[in-house]
Amino acid sequence: MRPSEFRESSAPDAVIRIDGLAKRYATGFEALKGVTLEIRRGEIFALLGPNGAGKTTLISIVCGLVNPSAGTVAVDGHDIVRDYRRARSAIGLVPQELTTDAFETVFDTVSFTRGLFGKPKDPAYVEKTLRSLSLWDKRDNKIRELSGGMKRRVLIAKALAHEPQVLFLDEPTAGVDVALRQDMWNLVRELRETGVTVILTTHYIEEAEEMADRVGVINHGELVLVEEKTALMSKLGRKEITFHLREPLASVPPSLDGFDLALGEGGGALTYTYDAKAARTGINTLIEALREAGISFSDLETKQSSLEDIFVGLVKEQA
Amino acid sequence: MNWRAVGAIYGFEMARWRRTLLQSVVSPVISTSLYFVVFGAAIGSAITAIDGVSYGAYIVPGLVMLTLLTQSISNASFGIYFPRFSGTIYEILSAPVSPVEIVLGYVGAAATKSVILGLIILATASLFVPLRIDHPFVMILFLLLTAATFSLFGFLIGIWADGFEKLQLVPLLIVTPLTFLGGSFYSIKMLPPFWETVSLFNPVVYLVSGFRWSFFGQSDVGVAISLAMTGLFLVLCLATVAWIFRTGYRLKA
Repeated sequence: MRPSEFRESSAPDAVIRIDGLAKRYATGFEALKGVTLEIRRGEIFALLGPNGAGKTTLISIVCGLVNPSAGTVAVDGHDIVRDYRRARSAIGLVPQELTTDAFETVFDTVSFTRGLFGKPKDPAYVEKTLRSLSLWDKRDNKIRELSGGMKRRVLIAKALAHEPQVLFLDEPTAGVDVALRQDMWNLVRELRETGVTVILTTHYIEEAEEMADRVGVINHGELVLVEEKTALMSKLGRKEITFHLREPLASVPPSLDGFDLALGEGGGALTYTYDAKAARTGINTLIEALREAGISFSDLETKQSSLEDIFVGLVKEQA
Repeated sequence: MNWRAVGAIYGFEMARWRRTLLQSVVSPVISTSLYFVVFGAAIGSAITAIDGVSYGAYIVPGLVMLTLLTQSISNASFGIYFPRFSGTIYEILSAPVSPVEIVLGYVGAAATKSVILGLIILATASLFVPLRIDHPFVMILFLLLTAATFSLFGFLIGIWADGFEKLQLVPLLIVTPLTFLGGSFYSIKMLPPFWETVSLFNPVVYLVSGFRWSFFGQSDVGVAISLAMTGLFLVLCLATVAWIFRTGYRLKA
């Protein structure tokens, strides 16, 4: 598939339009090779890809941290270069690394960000943000006194300090414990309810599966797929049924050649892969064919392939 | 103009200064006092007056300049280098802030600090030697111009440096020698003619000379030339800063 295939008919509600975005670093490394993508207002978009795929470069260009080599980006209709003030005002960024000041208090650092974005002081809003992130008790603590998870929350609070329309979360749950991850997911959902568009990069598939409305897969600087998560799961969602055989087989009998079968566990298990959404899964016919071939089984199990399998499949295909 | 952003950066930098007030203020005051004790009282008593000004008083403008230069550079270079080092610069770069606003915030704060320090040094000096200031407005002008110019220069060093060593390199290898050889402690007229000519290539000579004129009405080079040279250096620094922000040098990949 070519990246251009994902050029959707320009959606009127797109909050971010990325067109032909490319980045070649001074080292010659081509981090992005012409990415075209539209993010819809109010959605949660997960950008999925292995390490070094170009996720952070993409985010960094949109946020103004990296200069693009080619292509354009508009945020809420404002070009990120020509009209950077309005474009950036709409964006909140939570970086991947825990880059915080050390000696500022939590309250001060969040207020600082608000000022940086040209917003008037609003202690009530800062309080609300800190409370929603369970940081209010820590408001007078210096940042360096906080744990890693708390620092991550501080970064989120800073990103929300200027009431952005779009929130970028770069690997938000990398190295974060289960409780905080749940909190983070809840927060993202709440944000969406208030109309904030959330774009998160992750290499944890479960995160995309749990959170996203749409999923984009990026690999080697190219967008290899953009799809509604549910459509993606059903379209590419393969199912497997495994028969545990009473008698091990040396090979799959020729009478079963028509089925997509694999022999495993030393001939003791027969796995059939099929499309769960197809009109005819072929399961009935297979079971009949097994009986005719005199193969009996003691047990069977089915397995739904996850986004992870889809992802691994895509990335492997490309490699 | 995003004045709130300028205010936020300025306030952040001033807060950083207040947290380390002791080392920020006390150490320059102590080191200047030592200069007065050694050069002013101990050695100075054996030196005849220069241009009718006692040696102890003669070195005051030079000492204030010395503090102003080194403090402006170190404050401004650290101010911008540290966010680059820690990574928090991402916030500045992703904010709706123009280069002018960034420079105003950082350089403005650094210049403010060094002007305050310069005045403290001046007050300290007045405890040791009788001082007179013939041209207070010119004195303030030089103080502000020098603080702004060298804070800008420090800002450039902070962007150029890719390690803490480099941050120290320029002040240590270039600025300190130039200051000491720039007539802070002597009149360049006291030098042999050849070295007097060489000294004219040292920009600090113009700063110290002009600043000293504002105190005692006497100088090694004309006050107008001094002002022009300081202005020229300011323009050079401004042009370099403009180039940095246009290309993203050391700030953006």
